[in-house]
Amino acid sequence: MINARFALLCFLFLAPAFARARTLEVCASCAYNTIQQALDASRDGDRVLVKAGTYKEPTLRITKKIALTGENYPILEAPKGQEILVIDADGVTVEGLQLQNLAPHYLKDLAAIRVHRKGFFRILNNRLINTFFAIYLEYAHDGEVIGNTITGTAVNELSSGNGVHGWYGEYVCIENNTIKGHRDGIYLEFMHFCSISGNHSEANVRYGLHFMFSNDDHYANNIFRKNGAGVAVMFGKRIGMTDNLFDYNWGRSAYGLLLKEIYDAKIERNRFVQNTIGIHIEGASRVAYRQNTFQRNGWAVKIAGGCLDHDFSQNNFLSNAMDFVLNGRVNSNTFDGNYWSEYTGYDLDRNGLGDVPHRPVKLFSYIVTRTPESIILLRSLFIDLMNFSEKVSPVFTPAGILDQQPLMHPIS
Amino acid sequence: MYKILRYSFYDLMRSRWTYFYFGFFLLFTLALLFLSSDVGKVIISLMNVILVLVPLIATMFGIMFYYNSREFTELLLAQQLSRTQLFLGQYLGLALSLSASLLLGVGLPFLFYGIFFSAEIGNFIVLLLNGVLLSFIFSGMAFWIALRHENRIKGFGLAIMMWLFFAVIYDGIFLLLLMWFSDYPLEYVSLGASLLNPVDLSRILILLKLDISALMGYTGAVFEKFLGTGLGIALSFLSLGFWILLPTANIRRVALTKDF
Repeated sequence: MINARFALLCFLFLAPAFARARTLEVCASCAYNTIQQALDASRDGDRVLVKAGTYKEPTLRITKKIALTGENYPILEAPKGQEILVIDADGVTVEGLQLQNLAPHYLKDLAAIRVHRKGFFRILNNRLINTFFAIYLEYAHDGEVIGNTITGTAVNELSSGNGVHGWYGEYVCIENNTIKGHRDGIYLEFMHFCSISGNHSEANVRYGLHFMFSNDDHYANNIFRKNGAGVAVMFGKRIGMTDNLFDYNWGRSAYGLLLKEIYDAKIERNRFVQNTIGIHIEGASRVAYRQNTFQRNGWAVKIAGGCLDHDFSQNNFLSNAMDFVLNGRVNSNTFDGNYWSEYTGYDLDRNGLGDVPHRPVKLFSYIVTRTPESIILLRSLFIDLMNFSEKVSPVFTPAGILDQQPLMHPIS
Repeated sequence: MYKILRYSFYDLMRSRWTYFYFGFFLLFTLALLFLSSDVGKVIISLMNVILVLVPLIATMFGIMFYYNSREFTELLLAQQLSRTQLFLGQYLGLALSLSASLLLGVGLPFLFYGIFFSAEIGNFIVLLLNGVLLSFIFSGMAFWIALRHENRIKGFGLAIMMWLFFAVIYDGIFLLLLMWFSDYPLEYVSLGASLLNPVDLSRILILLKLDISALMGYTGAVFEKFLGTGLGIALSFLSLGFWILLPTANIRRVALTKDF
């Protein structure tokens, strides 16, 4: 009796699976000539296989749980003022397509692929070329955006969109994408519990990665290079940032990483190389920095007033023009146990820790924050002499900012 | 003039101090290249040394050379030679021998290192060019001071003061002014002020090549916009050229009217 019921159950569950084994092919000489025809004919669980070719169709709205797969990257375009693909069902897979040429629109955020209030989507290995907004996740949850190549031609912020744009949602995984030439490479607003890893975000007009009002996200192993201003993390709690590379973010107001109103974040094993400012911190609290390397930045770390409980330890500060700039006289941040290439102390007891405390804030960096034009005197003999005498007997620089246990050797 | 130039050049090339100067740069550059694998960092370290030492040594050399060869100069003055040719020949011989020591001392180690196949070749050339220009400027200034002052102590003192002024004091006054007038927009003032000091100007030209990340902060915008353009670079070199022309013209003027 039990067996019979089990068999019945199995049948009920597997019946759709047998029916699902359909593949609907789309090409000039196939059963379906347009993708829209195939979508209309498809049922839940079908696979629509689009063969190489160019398909210029009005907005394709996927309303069934199907996989839309491209063979040899078929090209999809939409008429002017329309989006290319809208995912309007749970469990949709979009793979191997080339979506291109979506003109900027000043009233609507047109996107090449839009996910609208749905979940369990998978957007894999697509090419998005010259699209205004490339992938737009709107109230989307539990999805994957993996291995896409997103290339834009953004010139300024006004007429450009974001590579991956997230607006409300949770549990989205954005992995191994390459994003170039957009406004923000990846923009996440009200997106929680997301994981962003292995992406390469380069030459975007504004930020490589931009968080707003997002909590409990984690990004790791990404490369952010030559963006207008690196990565901005604003108004978020418990965000993890590990093993990323921030480099060559140069410019008037450029930085590797901007933290604004951030609480309880962890920043570990990142590398900041040749940025105008490595990390720029405004109004953030309770942030731990471990094993990061700051190399040849203009300013390694710039902390504005009102930042509490930042804990720097086991970081490498190598050949930055200025290691630290702090505004304000009150300091509740700690800097113990870092390696400073500027450190000139000694280690008599050979325990690997310098015997004299290191002062990371130089008089000159203090002057530059008050008189920015004086940066033109950088590396002048007078400034070196001045820094030296201030180091010997501090008068102007806040006395409390000390590394009591500077490391003698860099952390590898 | 060419004969005198050649004579003073060879005279200085045989001098112990030239070898010392050459040897110092050779060893220093070798040591830096040996200790650090990053050519960019070596060039930054060298920049600090070149900006401080080249003017100082050129100044000292210029003063010493004039006072030491004074008797020979008097002998030459008795010959049928124009004074312009005589003194300019001596000055150019001095400046050229200093430049040669610098170029060889710094250049040889980099040559063996393979600088021509490195990405830093442009920065390296800017560094050397600035070193050469500074040699010309400061040896000329020293020569002019020596010509003006018969009293050796006074001459030495003035020359040292001149070096100290350009290398240290100028920047101090500059910084004080910047801080006093910090309520005013000072970008163009600071640009102008740095154009007026050859040491500052060389430093900024090298920094713009090497340490641009720091200079490109929000105030760096003006500097970048100005010094990054053809006009800025032309003006900078024009200013450095003016600093060579100034002592040269004055050496000529003093030499023509001076009663030996």
